[in-house]
Amino acid sequence: MQFDLSDDQRLLVDTVTSFVKKESPVERFRRLRDEDSIGWSREVMKKMGDLGWLAIPFREELGGLGGSFVDVALILEQLGAALVPEPYLASIVLGGMALAHAGNAEQHGRYLAPAIEGSKTLALAYAEEDGRYDLARVSTRAEKSAKGYRLSGKKRWVLNGHAADAIVVAARVGGEVADREGIGLFVVDRDAVKIDVVRTMDGHRAAMVTLDGVEVGADQRLGDEGLPVLERVVDGGAAAACAEGLGLMNASLRITRDYISQREQFGLKIGSFQALQHRAVDMFVETELARGTTILAAVRVEDPDPRERQRGVSIAKVHLASGGRFVAQQSVQLHGGIGITDEADIGLYFKRMHVLNALFGDEDHHLARVAATG
Amino acid sequence: MDLSFTPEERAFREEVRSFIASALPAHLKPKAEIDGHFEIDEIMEWHRILFQKGWVAPHWPKEFGGPGLDVTRRFILTEELELSGAPALLPFGLAMVGPLIMQFGNDAQKKRYLPKILSGEEKWCQGYSEPNAGSDLASLKLRADDAGDHFVLNGQKTWTTYAQYADWIFLLARTDASAKKQSGISFLLCDMKTEGVRVRPTLTIGGTHAFCDTFFENVKVPKENLVGPLHGGWTLAKALLGHERTLVAAVGSSARTLLRAKRIARDTLRDGRPLSDDPLVRAKIARMECRLEALKMANYRAIAGAKHGHAPGAESSILKLRGSEIVQGMYELCLELMGHNALTWMNPDGTVPGSEQWVGPNYNYLRAATIYAGSNEIQKNIIAKLILGLPS
Ligand SMILES: Cc1cc2nc3c(=O)[nH]c(=O)nc-3n(C[C@H](O)[C@H](O)[C@H](O)COP(=O)(O)OP(=O)(O)OC[C@H]3O[C@@H](n4cnc5c(N)ncnc54)[C@H](O)[C@@H]3O)c2cc1C
Repeated sequence: MQFDLSDDQRLLVDTVTSFVKKESPVERFRRLRDEDSIGWSREVMKKMGDLGWLAIPFREELGGLGGSFVDVALILEQLGAALVPEPYLASIVLGGMALAHAGNAEQHGRYLAPAIEGSKTLALAYAEEDGRYDLARVSTRAEKSAKGYRLSGKKRWVLNGHAADAIVVAARVGGEVADREGIGLFVVDRDAVKIDVVRTMDGHRAAMVTLDGVEVGADQRLGDEGLPVLERVVDGGAAAACAEGLGLMNASLRITRDYISQREQFGLKIGSFQALQHRAVDMFVETELARGTTILAAVRVEDPDPRERQRGVSIAKVHLASGGRFVAQQSVQLHGGIGITDEADIGLYFKRMHVLNALFGDEDHHLARVAATG
Repeated sequence: MDLSFTPEERAFREEVRSFIASALPAHLKPKAEIDGHFEIDEIMEWHRILFQKGWVAPHWPKEFGGPGLDVTRRFILTEELELSGAPALLPFGLAMVGPLIMQFGNDAQKKRYLPKILSGEEKWCQGYSEPNAGSDLASLKLRADDAGDHFVLNGQKTWTTYAQYADWIFLLARTDASAKKQSGISFLLCDMKTEGVRVRPTLTIGGTHAFCDTFFENVKVPKENLVGPLHGGWTLAKALLGHERTLVAAVGSSARTLLRAKRIARDTLRDGRPLSDDPLVRAKIARMECRLEALKMANYRAIAGAKHGHAPGAESSILKLRGSEIVQGMYELCLELMGHNALTWMNPDGTVPGSEQWVGPNYNYLRAATIYAGSNEIQKNIIAKLILGLPS
C-alpha cells in the first residue's frame, strides 16, 4: 500500500492549483454562466491543452502522455474546487476515452488529436429517454446505408454536446433495445445533428441531440461491439465525478469553516457553538472518506477485470451520493439565509454536487452494482 | 382515543375539496398541477377568490371577518388547500401581522389594516432579519428615532420575502439605543411607498427572486403606526415566532410532494418497467410516508390539545423541526427518482415530463425550510432548554 503522490503528481497538483487561481476564480464561471455564451472558454481549454493536461490519460502513440487515471483525478479535483467550467470531463474522460479505446489510427488523428491539443472538443451521447442508467438500453438506430450508416434517434443531456466539434454516439446496429450486443459507437460532426441547448441545475449547458437520419461514413464507426467500451468510459465518468466531487466537498468545507469562523451571532462566532462544530466535523469525516474512495475509484477504473472496476467505482460513487450530498446540504444550512442566495458561492457548489449525483449512475444504481459484485 | 373525524368534519373536507376544484381558475391549474412558481398576480387572484368565499383566513375569528371555524376545520381547510397545489397565499398579512394586530393593536389599527389584509388589497412583508441579526434577532440595529409625531428610520432589513411586491412592511426597530438588547425594540408598520424605502430583490438558489434587501434612509413613520407598547416590541416578536412555528409543519404540501414522488416512480422506466415496481424504490417511498404519517399524528395531537385549550406542548415544538426535514426529504426523493431529468434547470416546457420541471428549483429553495422561521439549530436549543430542561 502506498498512498503518497509522486513528485510529478505533486508538481501537477501545484500547477493546476496555481493555474486555476490565476485563470479561473469562481467569478469567471459565474460570468460565463450568466452571459450568453457556451458557458466556457475555448481559449482556456487551449491553454489546458498547451499545458499537457488534456494529453494525460492517453497512450503515447495517440499523442498522449501515458499518465494514469489518478493523474486525471488530481486535475479534476482541483478544477472542481474552483468550479472551472471547461469540459475536461466531457471532452477528455468521455468523448476522448471512447475514441481512444475504440477508434483506429485514422480516427485518432482526425478527432482525438485536436481534442488533446485543446483546439477542438468532444462529447459522448449515450443517455436516452427511458434508459435511465442502463447503457445497453439503446434505441437509437444505425442502419446500413450506401455511404455507411444512417443514424436515427434521440440522446439526452449530452454534456458539452452544444459546443463539441464532434460527438461520439451510441447507436444500435442490431438486436433489440436492451440487448448487450449490437451497439455501435459512431463519431459524428456536431453540425450534422440537431442540437437543442438546455440548461442544467449547476449553471452549465448541455444538449438534447436529435439524429434525424444522419448519414455517416463507414469510417465513422469506432471499432466493433460498443458496449464494453461504453461501460468502461462511463465508469471513467463516474470516477471523474468522484474526483471532481471531492474537490467540491473540500472547497465547501473550507468555505463553510471560514464563514462560521467569522460570522457572529449572540456575541460569539457561530463556529464556537458545539452543535455547529460537530456538524463541521461530520462534514470533514465525509470529505476525508471521499478522498479514500476517490482513490479507490481512480485506481480500479483502470483494472482490466470489469468486476473489480465496477465495484471500486460504484463504492466511490455511493459514498459521493451520500457524503457529497451531506456536505453540500450542511454547507448551505450553516450559512443561514445567505446560503440560499445565488450570490453566495456556496450555492454553486451545492448545485454542482447534485448534478454529479445524477450523472453516471445514481446511488441506487451503484448500490445495485455493489450488491451484484459482492 | 379516537382517531376518526366526525361525519360533519368529513363532510366539511368534501365541501372544501369540491370548492377548490371548481373555484381554482382554469389558467392556474396547469401550474398547480406541477407546483410551478406562481407569479404574485396569480397568488393574489386566488387570494381574492378565497376571500370571496370567506375562507381566506381560516384561523381568524369571526369578529375580524374570519370564518369562525373550529381548530379541526381550520386544519382541514389548510391541509386541503396545500394538497390542492393552489397558490400558497402570502402569510405575512394573514398569518403574521394580522393576528398580531388583533392581539396587540388598538381599535383604529384594527379597523385600518385588518379588512385590507383580508381582502388582499394590501400586501405585507416581514422586516425582522438584518445582515447581523438573524438567529440573534434581538441584536437588530435598524433605528427608529423619535421625531415628535413620527419616527425616523435608518438601517437595513434583509431576506425580506416579497418586499418587492409589498405595500406595507411590519418591522422591529430599535427605539431605545441605551436599553439592553430585547428591551429597546418596537414593532412598527411602514408604508413601502414612503420616501427613503428602497428594495433590492435577490436571486435565490431556487432560481426566483424570493427575497430582498430592504433599505431605510430617513424614512418617516407616523407614531400611530406603533403596535403595542413603545420599546415593547419583543413581546410581539416572540408571539409571532410562536404563530410561525405552527405554520411550517406543512403536512399538506408534503403529502402532495409524496404523491408527486409516487407519480414520478410510476412514470419513470427502468429496465422497461416502472420504478414503482422495484421493492427498494417502494420501500424508500414508504419510509417517507411513515415519516409523514408520524408527523401528521403529532400535528393532530397538537390540534386536539389546542381544541381543549391546552397550551402548545412538546408535540408542537417538533412540528417545525420534523416538518421542515420532511419537506426537504420529499423533494430529495423526487429528485433522486428523476434520474438524469434531475439535471433540468428552467428549460422550455417538454424538456422533462411536465410535473417534474419544478422539482429541482423547489428542492433547492426549500433548503431554506430548515433556516427560516427560527433555524432548526435554534429550535433544538429551545427544546433542549425549555422542554428537556437541560442546563445552559
Ligand atoms: C428563504 C428565506 C426567506 C426569509 N424570509 C424572511 C422574511 O420575510 N423576513 C425576515 O425578517 N426574515 C426572513 N428570513 C430570514 C430568516 O429568518 C433567517 O435567515 C434566520 O433567522 C437565520 O438567520 P441568518 O440567516 O442570519 O443565519 P445565522 O443566524 O447567521 O445562522 C447561521 C447558521 O448558524 C446556526 N446558528 C446560529 N446560532 C446558533 C446557535 N446558538 N446554536 C447553534 N447554531 C446556531 C444557524 O442555525 C445557521 O445554521 C428568510 C430566510 C430565508 C432563507
